Amino acid sequence: MPAVLEARDLVKHYARVRAVDGIGFAVQEGSCFGLLGPNGAGKSTTIEMLEGLLKPTSGQVLFRGAPLGGHYRERVGIQFQSTALQEHLTTSENLRFFSALYPRRRPLHELVALCRLEEFLDRDTSKLSGGQRQRLLLAIALVNQPEVLFLDEPTTGLDPQARRNFWDLVQGVKAQGKTIVLTTHYMEEAYLLCDHIVIVDHGKLIAQGSPAALLAEHFDDAVLELPAAEAGKLNNGMVYKQKGDTVEIHTPDIDKTIAGLQAVGASLAHLRIRPRTLEDLFLELTGRELRT
Amino acid sequence: MSNPVLDSWRRLRAATWARSLEFIRDKSAVGWNVIFPVLLVLGIGYVFSGPGQPMFKVGVLAPAGVALDAKLHPFLATPQVQFYREEAGDAALHKVQLQRIDMLLDFSASPGRYWVNEQSPKGKLLEQLMHGAGGAPLQRQATSGAEARYVDWVTPGVLGMNMMFGCLFGIGYVIVRYRKNGYLKRLNATPLRAFEFLLAQLLSRLLLVMAINSAVYTACRLLLHLRMEGSYWDLLLLATLAAFSMIALGLVVSARISSEELAGGILNVIGTPMVVMCGVFISIDGAPHFLQMAAQLLPLTHLLNGARAIMLDGAGLQQIAPNLLALAAMSAVYLVLGAALFKWRQD
Repeated sequence: MPAVLEARDLVKHYARVRAVDGIGFAVQEGSCFGLLGPNGAGKSTTIEMLEGLLKPTSGQVLFRGAPLGGHYRERVGIQFQSTALQEHLTTSENLRFFSALYPRRRPLHELVALCRLEEFLDRDTSKLSGGQRQRLLLAIALVNQPEVLFLDEPTTGLDPQARRNFWDLVQGVKAQGKTIVLTTHYMEEAYLLCDHIVIVDHGKLIAQGSPAALLAEHFDDAVLELPAAEAGKLNNGMVYKQKGDTVEIHTPDIDKTIAGLQAVGASLAHLRIRPRTLEDLFLELTGRELRT
Repeated sequence: MSNPVLDSWRRLRAATWARSLEFIRDKSAVGWNVIFPVLLVLGIGYVFSGPGQPMFKVGVLAPAGVALDAKLHPFLATPQVQFYREEAGDAALHKVQLQRIDMLLDFSASPGRYWVNEQSPKGKLLEQLMHGAGGAPLQRQATSGAEARYVDWVTPGVLGMNMMFGCLFGIGYVIVRYRKNGYLKRLNATPLRAFEFLLAQLLSRLLLVMAINSAVYTACRLLLHLRMEGSYWDLLLLATLAAFSMIALGLVVSARISSEELAGGILNVIGTPMVVMCGVFISIDGAPHFLQMAAQLLPLTHLLNGARAIMLDGAGLQQIAPNLLALAAMSAVYLVLGAALFKWRQD
């Protein structure tokens, strides 16, 4: 399948900083593509080059096999991490304004339904909650029926409930076959929404693939979590790691490890078993926590 | 199939509409823009409705290179009288008729002459002082004319000043705020072009500034019975061109800045000297030559000179053509500069 968007050896320098250092990947039509990494990894710089807002120092971005042309902005939709809107305008006025800027427009009633804007359509945008505001910004990013939708850390700063609501919306957009490019430092978000991810750190691409394939490639074990108070009993050759109030035991054989824990008298009352996550993968690849 | 011209027009109209709505709904800003100049004009009208100003002002027509001192005539050494050089006899005589100056001396002819307004008590007092000073006798030339009230003279200044600050800050501050809070970056991600955005800001501001100042002028005209000798259409044309040039100047200031504090400082640095140099509250007729020349480079000077000529002297388009041309030239220069320097995002 031909790529909708392709980054070829992208490099971006700022004064003394090499923000993006030779990144290359391809985004397939209809997929949700995740760009992951901690703050300062080069995600936003990379996505701004893909959006055509930032010129690479070297390298190239191709849209449907050709360099970004004059009409590129009419064919993509962008939701920035934080965007101010014009003051004293309502939700529907903002939608109408942005809609008027594009030659190809999606009917507004469809956007209102898709992004669930009905309840605050006539409200001044300065009076919207964080979640409502992100839904409006998503609708604005979709006013032109974009071929590619860019979402730059769209749920940063939202409470967990608002974040889950937003994920539902994105899944709705995805179900319509839209190509989505998402940056996030929430691994749960990436795992849930993305078909393909690339992980960047210090401006370099350190891994890419589908979340499941990446996890399968790097891990063949699961994680058992116990309260830290049980750490003193884990002395029979178990490999464990203390993280705050919790002890993590990595094991490819859960049954055998649980039997071992019972044998040393460890309490299993608060035992939690979880599969490996993208957070673990990042730690494995970089030796650092994602959100440090 | 989309039409590029229609698309551009639709974007321009949408951006103008959105900005206008934003301003109109900001009740505090609209209130301030309307109430402040009315209060100022009313205050000035009240303060200056009593006896005239204490200072004497005398225009002098003299050959170039001849100093205006006691050697020319002993009367020129009289204290508490400001003597200043006038270039054109007709214009100077008109000032005597309007009692904007108290006397006109003419040493360019022999024997020397002087004009006083028969209806001006200050002119008569000055005449006594001149006779007391001695020197060669000057021929008396009488003229007459009702005094132009200070409030008639100062109202165009106050309205012009209000318009200037409204244009400079109204455009400069807003664009800097848009850049700082990322709104310009968002617009840059749409097909809206820089010149469409700038033109929309300019048109929106122009419409609002003209609407507000027309309302304020009408209120002042009714409350203070302002003098109006010329055409309202000429005044509207002049004011529109002046507002356009001052908004374009605001675009230049806001082209790259992302700090509201810096923008405010620069706009004040531009605006405040204009209040002084362009003759908002006091005439700059007697000011040093270089200052008068520098004032010609400022749009407010041309607005005020033209407006006063229309309102007080009944001047037509032909008489104020130099002011209109100067404003048109300034508008073009500022607009090109503002568009060339404009940046969507912070560095």
